[in-house]
Amino acid sequence: MLSKGLKRKREEEEEKESLAVDALWLDPGHAAVAQAPPAVASSSLFDLSVLKLHHSLQQSEPDLRHLVLVVNTLRRIQASMAPAAALPPVPSPPVAPSMANNLLASSDAALSASMASLLEDLSHIEGLSQAPQPLADEGPPGRSIGGAAPSLGALDLLGPASGCLLDDGLEGLFEDIDTSMYDNELWAPASEGLKPGPEDGPGKEEAPELDEAELDYLMDVLVGTQALERPPGPGR
Amino acid sequence: MFFHLDFFHLVRTTDIISTVEFNHTGELLATGDKGGRVVIFQREQESKNQIHRRGEYNVYSTFQSHEPEFDYLKSLEIEEKINKIRWLPQQNAAYFLLSTNDKTVKLWKVSERDKRPEGYNLKDEEGRLRDPATITTLRVPVLRPMDLMVEATPRRVFANAHTYHINSISVNSDYETYMSADDLRINLWNFEITNQSFNIVDIKPANMEELTEVITAAEFHPHHCNTFVYSSSKGTIRLCDMRASALCDRHTKFFEEPEDPSNRSFFSEIISSISDVKFSHSGRYIMTRDYLTVKVWDLNMENRPIETYQVHDYLRSKLCSLYENDCIFDKFECVWNGSDSVIMTGSYNNFFRMFDRNTKRDVTLEASRENSKPRAILKPRKVCVGGKRRKDEISVDSLDFSKKILHTAWHPSENIIAVAATNNLYIFQDKVN
Repeated sequence: MLSKGLKRKREEEEEKESLAVDALWLDPGHAAVAQAPPAVASSSLFDLSVLKLHHSLQQSEPDLRHLVLVVNTLRRIQASMAPAAALPPVPSPPVAPSMANNLLASSDAALSASMASLLEDLSHIEGLSQAPQPLADEGPPGRSIGGAAPSLGALDLLGPASGCLLDDGLEGLFEDIDTSMYDNELWAPASEGLKPGPEDGPGKEEAPELDEAELDYLMDVLVGTQALERPPGPGR
Repeated sequence: MFFHLDFFHLVRTTDIISTVEFNHTGELLATGDKGGRVVIFQREQESKNQIHRRGEYNVYSTFQSHEPEFDYLKSLEIEEKINKIRWLPQQNAAYFLLSTNDKTVKLWKVSERDKRPEGYNLKDEEGRLRDPATITTLRVPVLRPMDLMVEATPRRVFANAHTYHINSISVNSDYETYMSADDLRINLWNFEITNQSFNIVDIKPANMEELTEVITAAEFHPHHCNTFVYSSSKGTIRLCDMRASALCDRHTKFFEEPEDPSNRSFFSEIISSISDVKFSHSGRYIMTRDYLTVKVWDLNMENRPIETYQVHDYLRSKLCSLYENDCIFDKFECVWNGSDSVIMTGSYNNFFRMFDRNTKRDVTLEASRENSKPRAILKPRKVCVGGKRRKDEISVDSLDFSKKILHTAWHPSENIIAVAATNNLYIFQDKVN
């Protein structure tokens, strides 16, 4: 099942953000507004951020910058809240694989998994285009630009550390996401795409390029995109 | 101080303006809009006798650069909104510019036609082919003058090289290549080759879950064709040298200012995200715009900027609301004047700000119909932060956050500026004494 492919318009966003936060923000004395080094953030700031994240991920093509900034902000908020909630026993200092395992073993496994799969599928969706998929020789995996701390990914965002704040409402949010499109295994990630580095020979780029170019050409012919006047596409 | 307004020109367009750019001589001004259209204005040709040239710009050419597209593989609509326009330096009678939407860059040729050939042998006056058997004499076609026609033709289409949204394009000083940057990658193109581009920066992590930073802007050095910079959502700037390696993942210089602990908040990273980076005309400095400030950096000093200008610091206590309504994610641009002595950037409520780097004075001006009359002096505005509001001041809570000035441009050599306020284009000129 394909999505409608329509970008969510700005007006629709208004109905989604129905949190009663108006009064909160007007109060300059509110902890979240204070300029002092951040105290524990309010749960509404956390909820707002999760809502924004959910919103961003629901877009057919998320604004990556917006998404990354919201995720990073959410991490900060959650980090400040962590001491307030009961943590599951973590045997070692947070290392990505073990923390991830602990989180997945928790009751919020489904939540974390859908979160993780959404972000992972983001890369699969992007991989459907002609961009090269990360290969083993493409460079050190997981290189983080500028980030000193180990990147735990989105897995830890909705983990049990903030268990007390994850009420049913939040679970309900993610129930709505239809991941059947992302579960589709039909499109295997394309091999090295149309962007050869200077060292690539002409032979390497031709074979995979042909398949995708053929596909593009077929699509172009089908919908007559070659013509100046294009008939309205689906959903318009 | 500045901008004793001599002449102001207001053009109302049909769609929200998304980019504004003067060409290298300042004779032409191009705007791109949300509907994929490009409108080019040309400066009124003054007679040589007049000492004072008025800054009147008239419409020169309008064309549809990009159309909305549908990506069938990903089931996505690709917006036709023009993200950036960059002019090529003029090398012959025609003008060339690059325009881009989220996915595709196009090279447009804008040329004038004021003559038409008449007197063909094989065609009649209506253009119908004549039967060669009926032709008994030959004549030489002649060029006859006609009404000036400006035509725009797409000369190159650079497509299918960006998975993510293109945020910048920059023409190299070699005039043979240019780069296009999206959230995670930067590609280098040759103007003559459309089916191939070189990837010169790639910050996509192997695992997308580990993504914490994106590219927000990129620009080539104005003189050194091997050097470029790109900025990130974490407030850093990297300068790269293409001679060092084919893939410039390792920067030559890394510019970052240490975080001020007293200003730390949950929104620190978001407000540090750089929305625009511009080299000075001299090539010695770069200017960056983040949410609350404009910073000037010396290329030789990486650990902090040499100048920081507060654009609208009164918003610092309002970051929560601005986060809620997404205004905190607005991307403002910044520009240098021709001599690199003044910098300008936009704000809310149709305000824009100018900072004189030498005198350290600054001014807030407003682009609005009500407050601007031809030959009037543009009145400086002031935002009142708290306490008693003076007569002409406007309080922070009265600011209209839907009226944002994201795009401005400065004439390369004169004090003429173009300010885009939603679907209005304002052109201001400094009074010449």
